[in-house]
Amino acid sequence: MIETLKHCINALAAPTIFLPLVAAAFFLVLHFYRTITRPKVALGILIGAILFYVVSLFDPNFQHIVAKPDNVPITIMLLLCGFCVWLALRQAAINDERMERGLPPLEKESSETIFVWPDLVYIEFLSAILVGVILTLWSIELKAPLEQPASPFKAPNPSKAPWYFLGLQEMLVYFDPWLAGVVFPSLIISGLISIPYMDTNPRGSGYYSFKQRRMSITIYLFGFLFLWVTLIMLGTFFRGPNWNFFGPYEFWDVHKVEPLVNINLSEIIYVKLLHTGMPAHWLPREIWGLLLVGFYLFALPPILQKTVLKKFYAEMGFVRYNVFMMHFLMMMMLPLKMICRWMFNLKYFVAVTEFFFNI
Amino acid sequence: MWDKIKNYVTDSQVWKSVIRHGYPDTRRNRVLVVLTNVFLHLHPTKVPAHSLKLSYTWCMGGLTFFLFLVETLTGVLLMFYYRPVGEYAYNDILALREHVPLGIMREIHRWGAHAMVITVWLHMLRVFLTGSYKPPREFNWGVGVILLTLTLLLSFTGYLLPWDQLAIWAITVGSNMARATPFVGHEGPGSKLLNPGLLGMEDIPLIHATDDARFVLLGGPFVGEATLLRFYVLHCVFIPLAAATLIAVHFWRVRKDGGISSPTDDFSQKPL
Repeated sequence: MIETLKHCINALAAPTIFLPLVAAAFFLVLHFYRTITRPKVALGILIGAILFYVVSLFDPNFQHIVAKPDNVPITIMLLLCGFCVWLALRQAAINDERMERGLPPLEKESSETIFVWPDLVYIEFLSAILVGVILTLWSIELKAPLEQPASPFKAPNPSKAPWYFLGLQEMLVYFDPWLAGVVFPSLIISGLISIPYMDTNPRGSGYYSFKQRRMSITIYLFGFLFLWVTLIMLGTFFRGPNWNFFGPYEFWDVHKVEPLVNINLSEIIYVKLLHTGMPAHWLPREIWGLLLVGFYLFALPPILQKTVLKKFYAEMGFVRYNVFMMHFLMMMMLPLKMICRWMFNLKYFVAVTEFFFNI
Repeated sequence: MWDKIKNYVTDSQVWKSVIRHGYPDTRRNRVLVVLTNVFLHLHPTKVPAHSLKLSYTWCMGGLTFFLFLVETLTGVLLMFYYRPVGEYAYNDILALREHVPLGIMREIHRWGAHAMVITVWLHMLRVFLTGSYKPPREFNWGVGVILLTLTLLLSFTGYLLPWDQLAIWAITVGSNMARATPFVGHEGPGSKLLNPGLLGMEDIPLIHATDDARFVLLGGPFVGEATLLRFYVLHCVFIPLAAATLIAVHFWRVRKDGGISSPTDDFSQKPL
């Protein structure tokens, strides 16, 4: 009985099922944020998650991964992220409901100002002491890991980057290092910096609200919670030897074999559809992929600007619109590539391996 | 009697030269406490009531700064015992674990670093969700993004220093990406375009494993002793100084841009 349940959860944790489930849950939570953030519902979710975690600790494989000293912060992060997102959406729900009734947001309730000494200094002092105590207890309880001395000849399997970069390492499943390790991180930084200049919505500043900033909050939370935090969790807990997928209760078997059945777009076109064999030169071979990616990145923005996003473009102006579209389309390449991988076993849209230019 | 002693102390020249205000139980003295102290002077003298609520700020920015201080303090203590050289590095860490009874300095440093990464993310989440990056605070959000990057780089460079298997391979995986940097990585797209092929030197590549972006990062073609020293200097000197400078800018800008974000008057539902 328990074994069957474990098998079911292992199967559900496979990226092809787990990630769409998380994405669906994400959009459901945002859509029904007023109901889901009610204290009783949220408490139920929290208790469910903790129960699942505690009961799972009885499984040796689950415990082995989760209790690794360097993985403990990830559990803490997941709990804190969940709590903070709940706290923000809860206040947004209350504020949105208040503003619908013509009342100001809660933050506006009192316009009085308070002395920094003693009130603010007192809070800062107490929270520093509290975190200091937590950090000390954490340090007494859990030793910092120290493995065998560094050896450039014995690569551990799997070799993992520090946990906060595992989202990027997980991206390597779908993209080559030049995109996953260089271009995307740079775009994350430039995209984050340009947020204040792209968001022209003057409302929702200084208080929690979802209704007034639906689009910006949805995009940001999708990037943070789904493309960053969820991928870190997947990369840490579910990726074992050879970066193969392993369910939470599965033993990390080094000998697990996954068939490599991924093929390039050019192979789908020339071998599977046209049966002509691959052209020798890279340009006719990859022209379809280049056209597709080129269309996605360079033709889609002007087309959308003239059709669906006409009003949006008018508000944003030329520069803002194009900076936004560039970052947004690059960000969406990851989920799009995931879907293509799962549905068509697609390896690369463009595979000019001659110049390491694979997309 | 007690009052006599108290007055004797607080009326003395020494006391008055250090503390320039009376007991902070009056409005005037409460303002003076903040104004006459260089550290408390980071604050304004008064703040809006809503900003004191933990549910608004989550305290995450302050905690990030607190953890930065903890990391600096424990880091300096660790520097007394750690030598960033291949022969010594691992043994020094081993000695910290084996020879110091009840020692938790390395633990505080490591878990504090992980905690700081988390608090930075959550601080950013809070600032985003309260719309606090909106005008006039756009620039400070950008400073914050750079600080986030520096926090991750601090943590990343520190990860190598224990010089164990966990360290060397995590940094190997992390820095292998630099190999694929467009144009300046030897396995990056476009790197072959930079070859001086026109001069008839096709077989002498301009960008190769011992001069590309990863080489610059690691001080060698793979993670070795040069990397250890390089990451040590980055971790202990360069990035902390850069971060401290930007933290000063960040705090100063919070004050200059009007303090902590507060609701603007225009919170109406009508579309603009």
